[in-house]
Amino acid sequence: MATHSTTAPHTGPLATTTGLDHRKLLMWTFLASECLFFGSLIATFLLFKDASVSGPIPQEVLNIPVTSTSTFVLLTSSLSMVLALAAIQRGDIVSGRVWILATAVLGATFLGFQVFEFKEFIDEGLKPSTNVFGASFFTLTGFHGAHVAVGVIWLMSLFIFSFKSKDGIPASKSLDVELCGLYWHFVDIVWVVIFTVVYLISSLE
Amino acid sequence: MANSGQAPEEHHDSDHPSPARYIQIAVILTLITAFEVAIYYVESISKEAFIIIFVGMGIIKFIIVAMFYMHLKFDHRLFTWLLLAGLTLAIFAIVTLGTLFRIFT
Repeated sequence: MATHSTTAPHTGPLATTTGLDHRKLLMWTFLASECLFFGSLIATFLLFKDASVSGPIPQEVLNIPVTSTSTFVLLTSSLSMVLALAAIQRGDIVSGRVWILATAVLGATFLGFQVFEFKEFIDEGLKPSTNVFGASFFTLTGFHGAHVAVGVIWLMSLFIFSFKSKDGIPASKSLDVELCGLYWHFVDIVWVVIFTVVYLISSLE
Repeated sequence: MANSGQAPEEHHDSDHPSPARYIQIAVILTLITAFEVAIYYVESISKEAFIIIFVGMGIIKFIIVAMFYMHLKFDHRLFTWLLLAGLTLAIFAIVTLGTLFRIFT
């Protein structure tokens, strides 16, 4: 018999058909579907990145130092996310709030990097309508950025929700934070793949 | 409720890594990323070797985040299988399109 694996204090299995929390199961099912979503976008990018009739091409515009910094920011946000969850699980209200806010700020910083990068590309003549590389690049990274934006909104909702009660987010509701964390870490690992495939490999001469 | 076909197993929060371990993992992830970027500027490495190194490092980072930050190492195995199912479909899509349009050659 399996007990549910939520972070909430529990003494036995949930009364569900699987013994698992349905919200967590739903989140993992959603993330599995997201794998195919981003897999299709990455495949499309690989197909089109070198198929442009006219420039700019990846080697001319991709800025590895800037993207490496934004990658570091997103990886750090994953650390703050798990620290937020750990704090809430041990009932540390203030630390939980601080780490949730830190994660949201780091996510917003990553989005700032992405806006900066998009503006640089447009200044250099690469728009979604310029060539197929631009179309597939902006579609892939734009959808990822939209996911980060949803994550930031979710985190800020949790942060504001934590002030509804003087007890913040209690340990019994830590699953709310864990679900947000799962989404956030997934967005992070998708970026790990994008950084490797789109930036490091595609910009090789 | 019984989970058919599964051995009895318990999942407790105490199984999750400590904050200190999370920080260690973050340091490892940062070092791997720094290594990737440093390697990127080495001119004597062939493109094929670059690709092998970058894909290898990316897979390692992916696994570390999924296992420790997403707690798959400590959670019910069904979640791992769900992620693997999605990943398998994604890789299948990439390989199929890549083969069809010869983007790997």
